[in-house]
Amino acid sequence: MKAFADLYAALDETNKTSEKVAALVRYFAAADPADAAWAVYFLIGRKPKQVVPSRRMREWAVEAAGVPQWLFEESYHAVGDIAETIALLLPESGRSTDRPLHEWVEQRLLPLRKADEAKQKASLLAAWAELDARQRFVWNKLITGEFRVGVSQLLVTRALAEVTKADQPAVAHRLMGDWQPTPEFYRRLVGQGTADADASRPYPFFLATPIDPGTGPEVLGDVADWFAEWKWDGIRSQLIRRGGQVYLWSRGEELITDRFPEITDAGRGLPDGTVIDGEVLPWGPAGVRPFADLQKRITRKTLTKKILADIPAVLLAYDLLEWEGRDVRTEPMTWRRGKLEEMVGWEGEAPAEPSVAISLPSPARREPRPPGTGIRLSPLVAAPSWEELTATRAEARGRNVEGFMLKRKASPYRVGRVRGDWWKWKVDPYSVDAVLIYAQRGSGKRASLYSDYAFGVWDGGRLVPFAKAYSGLTDAELREVDAFIRRNTTEAFGPVRTVKPELVFEVGFEGIQRSTRHKSGVAVRFPRILRQRKDKAPADADTLEAVRRLLPPGSPAGG
Amino acid sequence: MALLELTDAGLYCPAGKFHIDPWRPVERAVVTHAHADHLRRGSKHYLVSKAGETVTRTRLGPGYAIQTAEYGESVPINGVAVSLHPAGHLLGSAQVRVEHRGEVWVVSGDYKTAPDPTCAPFEPVRCHLFVTESTFGLPIYRWQTPDAIFAGVNSWWRANAAAGKCSIVYGYALGKAQRILASVDPSIGPVYTHGATEKLVQAYRDAGVSLPETRRVSEVPGGRKRSAGGGTWAGALVLAPPSAHGSAWSRKFAPASAGIASGWMRIRGTRRRKAVDRGFVISDHADWPSLLSAIRATGAERVWVTHGYTAVLIRYLRERGLNAEVVQTRFEGEAGGEPDEADAMSTEPEAATE
Repeated sequence: MKAFADLYAALDETNKTSEKVAALVRYFAAADPADAAWAVYFLIGRKPKQVVPSRRMREWAVEAAGVPQWLFEESYHAVGDIAETIALLLPESGRSTDRPLHEWVEQRLLPLRKADEAKQKASLLAAWAELDARQRFVWNKLITGEFRVGVSQLLVTRALAEVTKADQPAVAHRLMGDWQPTPEFYRRLVGQGTADADASRPYPFFLATPIDPGTGPEVLGDVADWFAEWKWDGIRSQLIRRGGQVYLWSRGEELITDRFPEITDAGRGLPDGTVIDGEVLPWGPAGVRPFADLQKRITRKTLTKKILADIPAVLLAYDLLEWEGRDVRTEPMTWRRGKLEEMVGWEGEAPAEPSVAISLPSPARREPRPPGTGIRLSPLVAAPSWEELTATRAEARGRNVEGFMLKRKASPYRVGRVRGDWWKWKVDPYSVDAVLIYAQRGSGKRASLYSDYAFGVWDGGRLVPFAKAYSGLTDAELREVDAFIRRNTTEAFGPVRTVKPELVFEVGFEGIQRSTRHKSGVAVRFPRILRQRKDKAPADADTLEAVRRLLPPGSPAGG
Repeated sequence: MALLELTDAGLYCPAGKFHIDPWRPVERAVVTHAHADHLRRGSKHYLVSKAGETVTRTRLGPGYAIQTAEYGESVPINGVAVSLHPAGHLLGSAQVRVEHRGEVWVVSGDYKTAPDPTCAPFEPVRCHLFVTESTFGLPIYRWQTPDAIFAGVNSWWRANAAAGKCSIVYGYALGKAQRILASVDPSIGPVYTHGATEKLVQAYRDAGVSLPETRRVSEVPGGRKRSAGGGTWAGALVLAPPSAHGSAWSRKFAPASAGIASGWMRIRGTRRRKAVDRGFVISDHADWPSLLSAIRATGAERVWVTHGYTAVLIRYLRERGLNAEVVQTRFEGEAGGEPDEADAMSTEPEAATE
């Protein structure tokens, strides 16, 4: 636990990637496999189910720290993190532990789940008394499951590969899917060789980089070298057909096979030894539906027949990673796309002209599948020139898509976010001028700053809140707005401050839906601050009516 | 008539006809210390501690009428007995004790109770009403001992030096920089200063405070350039004001490790938002336990709470039977976390650009 807490501190103390990797390398080089397995598990963001509710942790911390409940809450608002608040409030223990991480996790943390409340309390108080301030913080983080320390999975795999000389992509591969953080797993994780993939395991996803809106796609060179596809607004997923089984994985590495029976059923029709990359989307007679519809379905605990009938889902397939049991990620995109089209068939909109020369397609394979089948091909969009593609992009909103994906025809399927071959070219967001009306302190990096805002638009003589946003300002702007808020609070309600309506911001968002749950009657997706409009007075802000005009025609009322 | 009242210009003593730390020009100002939010230019007459005279003159510039008093010396002003007592905040910082017709009120300005080699230690003064700051008025703010804090700074500096790197510490040019300078181990390497910092280091020396040798960055051959060439700054410690952080000036020291010295660094989120390698929890303000002990030591039944977590401290004191109220001053506490920072350096034109 000491070494792990030191690692956490070392990672926390630097902004430099090279120093983070160096700290990880130092840790893994010295760590026992039993500890290393848990360290990997936590560092890449996995977490055991929360064993003790935060509410109870707070209660016990209040008791142990000897502060009134309200003072604990005030402290929490300043810190923005429950684990850290507790670590800062507890009196110095004067002690520190040398017991290894795996013992703390396996013998102290995990048994808490089955323990009754009295035992949980005794165990936590005992732990706090044994740990120093740094260790307590990490310990609390492990319990609350909010263990984030600013290292990506990529950095962890890089460090592991460096320490053990294992193949880095193989390490990444082995980290996907279901595994238990045991010493055996760790040895396998850093083992040599690459041919050990468990049948259920997806490949690491290849992630696209945004196109700089300032330069546009022209910088990518000749349009003929690129495939253009719509950028779907759904759940990025891999469908795996191996060993007679079907697995559906989300990009969040969650196994969602059971959530989408229509896709899984369709997957059984694929030949064994197939892995498809695509997007799970809500589907209707007119094609893809807004993402909000899918959200309604994924939030349900049980899938009723009604839900399945109301909101059917499909997988729009856009890449083929495994074919006839072979990892084909190094084949060029053109080749992979050809095999995918053979397998999934032409569906929905065919491309304006065949984009890919398919070698002797058998007629049987080309036959369209009946509609309602859970797998469809993501069509290619004709791209005779960048200008024409730019013009077509204007249709994106009407199609419930976010813009284009541009994929280099000759590219392999890479691992993670690698620049150069896959680009996402999103449409410009919607934007509305709105007035800052409420503010709240942020959490994490923004703790103690008023950084979470609610914005209002005019409805008659009143400002109605219509969106919340907490990103988009630079640190300097944030400080300025924060200072304004502190001087212009008209009312404080719990952590929320009502602010004198004076500052106008351009608020951007990706989508808009009717909603009965919001006062404004609309719900917006991915709202964020685009810029402050110092040139505008509050009276110049937009009206609710203007916002409602952005609603898609005939869009159904949200839940 | 109350002994002190809050006016548009600041805290005012009607009986003595003087202000304490006024934020507008007034006839007569009694000043607790020389930070920009407490010492403002433009008043006709100033009273400061003897120990704070040099620093006050440096900050005000020439041509001001400044009267000084030794700590503890009673100065009558229109029949009110005024005396200054060490506040431990920085060189010359004082609590202002005001006595009239048996009533004693104390305005503490900013204060800390931890030892500081560059100034006289905080001295509790018995009073009926105590005016306290509340910059760090939450129990999450607890400082380590200065020995432990500076051991941390020294080992960081030493490790950087061993790795051929420069160490930069950003902290207030007045008070914090000199405290750091007096507390680190100068045998580790040379200490360089930003111009804004050096000016006040010199003022401390002129006032008789002994400090390790320093050299202005701009006096080093090549020091004015963007890059002085490999190795020039390796092993050195550079002391600079917070406003220099992220400036072009700061990039010349690469390869370097940077730290910020501020009480706000106690919180991880603040530390990370500042994008420095290290946050040193070094503050010249009282932490939560010292606020409480300082207030208790005055024996005051009434407490006026100013700048900081006023609501929190007031509620806590009231729950413990004290008569506590808020006083809305324009003092700003410690910059760097709560961003109402009129950075004390903003009055230093050369701060960021040198």
